[in-house]
Amino acid sequence: MRKISDWGNYPVIEADVGGFDTADQLRQKLGKPGPVIAFGNGRSYGDASLQENILLTRRFSKFLSFDEATGELCCQAGVLLSEILDVFVPRGWFLPVTPGTKLITVGGAIAADVHGKNHHVDGSFGQHVLSMDVMRSDGSVMTCSPTENAEFFNITTGGMGLTGIILTAAFRLRKIETAYIREETVRAANLDEIMDGFEASNDWTYSVAWIDCLAKGDSMGRSIMMRGEHAKTVELLNPSHKHAPLKPKSGIKLDIPVMFPNFALNHWTMQAFNFAYYNMCRPGTHKSIVDYNSYFYPLDAIGNWNRIYGKRGFTQYQFVIPKEAGREGMRNILRRITDSGLGSFLAVLKLFGEQESFISFPMAGYTLALDFPISLKAMDLFKELDAMVAGYGGRLYLAKDSRMDAAMFEKTYPNADDFRQAIATLNDGETRFASLLSKRIGVTS
Amino acid sequence: MKNVLILGATSNLAQAMAKKFAAEGWSLSLAARNMELLQPVASDLQVRSKAEVQTVEFDATDFPSHQGFYDSLTTKPDAVICVFGYMGDQLIARTDFDEVRKTIDVNYTGAVSILNVVAADFEKRGHGSIVGISSVAGDRGRQSNYIYGSAKAGFTAYLAGLRNRLFKSGAHVMTVKPGFCRTKMTESLELPAALTASPEQVANAVFHGLEKRRNVVYTLWMWRWIMLVVQHIPEVVFKRLEM
Repeated sequence: MRKISDWGNYPVIEADVGGFDTADQLRQKLGKPGPVIAFGNGRSYGDASLQENILLTRRFSKFLSFDEATGELCCQAGVLLSEILDVFVPRGWFLPVTPGTKLITVGGAIAADVHGKNHHVDGSFGQHVLSMDVMRSDGSVMTCSPTENAEFFNITTGGMGLTGIILTAAFRLRKIETAYIREETVRAANLDEIMDGFEASNDWTYSVAWIDCLAKGDSMGRSIMMRGEHAKTVELLNPSHKHAPLKPKSGIKLDIPVMFPNFALNHWTMQAFNFAYYNMCRPGTHKSIVDYNSYFYPLDAIGNWNRIYGKRGFTQYQFVIPKEAGREGMRNILRRITDSGLGSFLAVLKLFGEQESFISFPMAGYTLALDFPISLKAMDLFKELDAMVAGYGGRLYLAKDSRMDAAMFEKTYPNADDFRQAIATLNDGETRFASLLSKRIGVTS
Repeated sequence: MKNVLILGATSNLAQAMAKKFAAEGWSLSLAARNMELLQPVASDLQVRSKAEVQTVEFDATDFPSHQGFYDSLTTKPDAVICVFGYMGDQLIARTDFDEVRKTIDVNYTGAVSILNVVAADFEKRGHGSIVGISSVAGDRGRQSNYIYGSAKAGFTAYLAGLRNRLFKSGAHVMTVKPGFCRTKMTESLELPAALTASPEQVANAVFHGLEKRRNVVYTLWMWRWIMLVVQHIPEVVFKRLEM
């Protein structure tokens, strides 16, 4: 037994944990009765990979094959996205979809069907998976793809690890000329301006905005939009970039060595940070060439940044509301958040494209993600926000969640019932793969 | 192209080192007892780096085979890393001498047997680096794992002596003491995060230590000081502690 938690350090539980190097070792572990859940790199925020019996997948992390002609990579599910980048960026390939951290496993990326700054163009990670092998509770291996065992494939993509343990996956990498991003940052003075900004940025491959969730009144929703394209070789201006376009210098790495005291992050420090961050960007549009790490993964440069929230831990409240409800809905929700004064400095806004999936999070509409230190006040606020989000026809991201109740899940995920039944059928009515999340939202018992 | 021979290549530490050396442009000879586990390790390295990788069967406790094993290598290594080890179960070892024997045979006798062979070759060639992965457990015997600890203490002393012997020839010996490390041996345990290294950190420490021809490397700097303190607690006090 050891203490274990996901990225938000909330909840922290005691669990039996163990990993495996081979499929046979995993089969042996699954031979023991009782529910289990896979745990990758612990970067989901809440309790999606937690319960008393945990299977660590990080050791199951071999590259199996790569096709230089098509970019098709096949690897075991414990491989980190960062390993893929380290190996393949210097050879001119990039991930088809990446979230805001590269420190997640391939298995986790599929199970949470993660999205990135290019969702409006390229969809979610699961949409790029060509095929995968999944070990079921009886130790058998199911090979599935969008055409083979398609139903199983669709439940596993975004299925939060409840159909089995993902063993291997094949997906295609994207060809790049350089490891740099041609970035434009645009400052928006309020919510209307940033939403116009997203509409106007539809042709960009990547777009995302940092939003100040503490600014009130006329400045409510003030933001900095960051849109980008993979830079072509001819677009590089700096001679050192031109010299080795696929090998950017690694930037400074910081580490938060210890838990900060809970009071370190309070309303005043966060407001000061937000003020500085917003005003460091001058009004108007700015163009620059930045390496892919600074564009996609600014927070990965600060090791263990979750420790700044202290022992109490934190959660990320990420919701999406349909585009039709967009402006009005977002304004009302944001007003409720700024009034509470509880929001923090890590808040991200993005416009999703269309997505029709069985159980995945994204839908055409606006998504807002913001971090909150855990507190009773925040929990009360989330309850109110839940009602608003559900009212607008939106939903919450399971990979970030640690507190939504079953009723909210039922109301907001249209296939909630079918999902529950499918998981039960797959396991012959027994509970085999289950997490604190799946129990809390009523998908498993 | 330089070649590194990794003995006990299926462990997490060894795999991390193999990745590091492959990424730095070395060719690899991977040796392990279980070839079925070793094969995927080799193909993984080939996808990652297009490195030249050879796999060889090697059993640390089959002492008479060691000379033949080394002679059969088609590429003679520039560096040899001795990673294999056996943690054993201290509670079982109290009453079961087979467990004690295995712990000593793998961690001490096996390592000495193969490294003697390597040392003779390096001495003759006047070139080469030997890296021994020992343990902070060997710095002082504690009731919780003194069988393993004493085998590693013996290994540490052997490496020190070998370093002394080979110095004039131009060959080098480096002792590595990783401290707590996140591997399959420890994944079910709760370890203090600040004192626990990842296999990648150990691999980097080994690679850079080798480049600088360091003598004794603790992966995380704190461990050098922690063990210094542990070693200097007077025995009258130490014997009363629960460690």
